[in-house]
Amino acid sequence: MKKCEQCSKPAVLHITELHDGAVDAHHLCESCAKDYLSHGSEPEVDEVESGLSQEDDLESDSSESIPEEQPPCPNCGITFKEFRSLGRLGCAHDYSHFREELSRLIENIHSEVQHVGKVPKRQPDASRQQFDLIRLKLRLKEAVDEEQYEEAASIRDQIRRVEADLRSPSATADS
Amino acid sequence: MNLDVLTQRSGEWLRGTGPEADIVISSRIRLARNLAEFPFVNRAGDNVRAQIEDFLRGRIEHLQSRRPLSYLRISDLEPLDRQFLVERQLISREQAEDHGQCGVGVSSEENVSLMVNEEDHLRMQVLRSGMDLDAAWNEINEIDDLLEQEVAYAFDSQFGYLTACPTNVGTGIRVSVMLHLPALVATKEIQKVFQALQKIGLAVRGLYGEGSQAMGDFYQISNQVTLGKSEADIIKSIKDVVAQILGYERRVRTALVKENRQALHDQVSRAFGILQNAQTISSEETMHLLSSVRMGVNLGLIDEVEIPTVNELFIQTQPAHLQKLRHQKLESAERNVARAAYIRQRLAENNPHTSA
Repeated sequence: MKKCEQCSKPAVLHITELHDGAVDAHHLCESCAKDYLSHGSEPEVDEVESGLSQEDDLESDSSESIPEEQPPCPNCGITFKEFRSLGRLGCAHDYSHFREELSRLIENIHSEVQHVGKVPKRQPDASRQQFDLIRLKLRLKEAVDEEQYEEAASIRDQIRRVEADLRSPSATADS
Repeated sequence: MNLDVLTQRSGEWLRGTGPEADIVISSRIRLARNLAEFPFVNRAGDNVRAQIEDFLRGRIEHLQSRRPLSYLRISDLEPLDRQFLVERQLISREQAEDHGQCGVGVSSEENVSLMVNEEDHLRMQVLRSGMDLDAAWNEINEIDDLLEQEVAYAFDSQFGYLTACPTNVGTGIRVSVMLHLPALVATKEIQKVFQALQKIGLAVRGLYGEGSQAMGDFYQISNQVTLGKSEADIIKSIKDVVAQILGYERRVRTALVKENRQALHDQVSRAFGILQNAQTISSEETMHLLSSVRMGVNLGLIDEVEIPTVNELFIQTQPAHLQKLRHQKLESAERNVARAAYIRQRLAENNPHTSA
């Protein structure tokens, strides 16, 4: 377990703040966290809220909404709440989409947030195309279920194009 | 692969030979992997699950690994055959109970099994007899490298290999060692071992993994942390702990023999006598008695049976194995009779003093 950065007691609160996109993480014990949060935290809280509400504005008039709820993953459609009740994520993209929330959870489980160890020789995460494929395949299923066959055919063509791109040597070389 | 052929033999990992085989039954390493281009299994509809299975099946059947793999489609198997594979440790209980399309690639020695559409797209495991984690790692790592040439794994530079559940993320590795600890159980010293393991973040489970009871004094020790440590470090931490537990179990065994050799000799001999003669016996009693006999053989108190036979009996007296052997469905009471008969037969044919 991590120690509090102010004293040497075990850290129980992990605070992650965003300052203009920069991430600032603090690990504190209960008493230091109380101090930290009651002194000089007001401007930072404002920043956190404004940072998130920009995203929310795309959807609704959520200037007052609680900044906890992230929109669902655009690839698999899972919300963070759903994940918390199921205990399983929906697709690999969730790890990018819910990176902040998952970092906290993963630190609780593993006491670390950075992988060390084996790395695949080709790193597919660099390629957006993998995630496009997930989304296209789910859309294809929906289209077929709704008997939208023309749309399904066009999605299938898109899937084939992306797959062909992925398998061509140039795509794997620069991914 | 014909499952009926399997009933006539046992997995290589049961042969009871590797290092420290008196206490360490087997070493196992499992890697969890997912394909980057598909949603995770729980989020994949039937159609997508079928695509994942077809795709991985093709790759597994053509894998140029040291041991050729046969592929079984679990969704085509009867419940009894699925249970049979669980008892042989080739698939997980979760996979046996799954209703969707899934399968497994198995080597003929039953050392390697690659589960498709378990909780993750791919759960690969290598099993070895005795304390042999380095060999298990080399083999699974090789298979992982070969597959990676064919497929794109879901990977993130911060979180490592991405898994459906964040408890497996990072390396995706589960290193486990199956230990036979009758002396620590008999003296209740095992509680101290549990507490110490819990403190250093290692899990203790029974013979069949998560949620299973510790039957026959078998315990599986495994890592829980999968992220932030390298595979080599995780393997080393398990090795270090197992070395300590082995020393502890041996010291207690020696003390038991020294304090009351006669009582111990009596206990293990009676256990053997019951197994040789019983006409009906439950699975639980079988495990308990086999555990005594196994310790008796390792301490030189019994010499009428060999360790590989005892190891095999732990697996082959399980419900699905007995029913496969008899080629019929058996109710619990019928199984107890069939089990006793099978044990009598095996102990008679394996007795080095009576067989010609």
